[in-house]
Amino acid sequence: MYISTLITIVVAGILTNNIVLNQSIGICPFLGVSKKTESAVGMGIAVTFVITIASVVCYVLYHFVLAPLRLEYLQTITFILIIAALVQMLDIVIKKFSPSLYQSLGVYLALITTNCAVLGTANNVITNGYDLLQTFISALCVGLGFTLALILMSGIREKVEVSHVPKPFKGLPIALIIAGIMALAFAGFAGLSFT
Amino acid sequence: MDKKKFRETALGGLFNNPVFVLVLGMCPTISKSTNIVDAFALGTATAFVLVFSNLFVSALRKFIPDKVRLPAYIIIIATFVTLVQMFIESFLPDLNESIGAFISLIVVNCIILARAESFASKNSVGYAVLDGLSMGVGFIFSICLLGGIRQLLGMAGMKVFVTTPGGFIVLGLMMALFNYLLSIYKAHQAKKTAQILKGVA
Repeated sequence: MYISTLITIVVAGILTNNIVLNQSIGICPFLGVSKKTESAVGMGIAVTFVITIASVVCYVLYHFVLAPLRLEYLQTITFILIIAALVQMLDIVIKKFSPSLYQSLGVYLALITTNCAVLGTANNVITNGYDLLQTFISALCVGLGFTLALILMSGIREKVEVSHVPKPFKGLPIALIIAGIMALAFAGFAGLSFT
Repeated sequence: MDKKKFRETALGGLFNNPVFVLVLGMCPTISKSTNIVDAFALGTATAFVLVFSNLFVSALRKFIPDKVRLPAYIIIIATFVTLVQMFIESFLPDLNESIGAFISLIVVNCIILARAESFASKNSVGYAVLDGLSMGVGFIFSICLLGGIRQLLGMAGMKVFVTTPGGFIVLGLMMALFNYLLSIYKAHQAKKTAQILKGVA
């Protein structure tokens, strides 16, 4: 039974409950960084990385520090500080150990602090009452789902760039409408069930 | 000069509309605009945090060292978000059911950090509060407009517009309309200036 719960979490994170296209969280980077496939891949990897680590750290801190001390109301303020500190730390570590990865992630790393997807996932795993392994798997899959949506979107936008678009629709409006159509397609996955 | 700046700041919510022009804070705009009540509540909560974070960022701008300004702004914002969260949890439990998860996401709403960084940290308290009010009202107006349209379309039987995909599409169409109207307005202004210049010559 435990395994089937995990499979449900995986499928939900990537397809049926995709964070961008079904929950509409994390739309700013989804629209901002989806102009080129290369940067979309970089952003996707960086976000997946941060979401996974941040959710696990937030989970541990919530259940071993905040909950025993009955400080649950500090959840928001603690989580955002953890995420900001973590992003800063990753920035330093990656710069030191892997300059090439640092080059490819570049600006996106710093932008992740204000990505709702990270805080949203950290909050979600607490609300859903997951255990540590489930938290890890869920966060990883949410990140992968985000990457998938971002790469698909960037592929389409590269094509739209060269096609004829009416003037008021240039740029973001057409991107939003494309996102809407993609989300409709993803809504079709809702029938998938593994329980 | 002062009058001009006052006017510019006060009208910032329209000409620099956070949703349609700056395209900031998209996540709550799309996911919580399925009906007008949620939209208004979330808009008001965001506007409240925006005004007070602008006020404090501006008041403390000379004391916050440049290097740690972003963490400092985030703490200020998170404090007000926690206040709003506690208020809604204890006084408005129904609302907490529907928009509770999105209240804590106000912290990472780009509008607030963007206004703190680009406006409040450079201007005096009065202007910062005015900017917060103007941007806040602009945000409430756009999220309510979106919520109203989606709710009406949903009531008319087009249920798809109440779901996330519909939100994307309605917002895309509205943004296109806003661009179109703005371009007409700008063309009109340019024509007017040209006529005045002609008259002078």
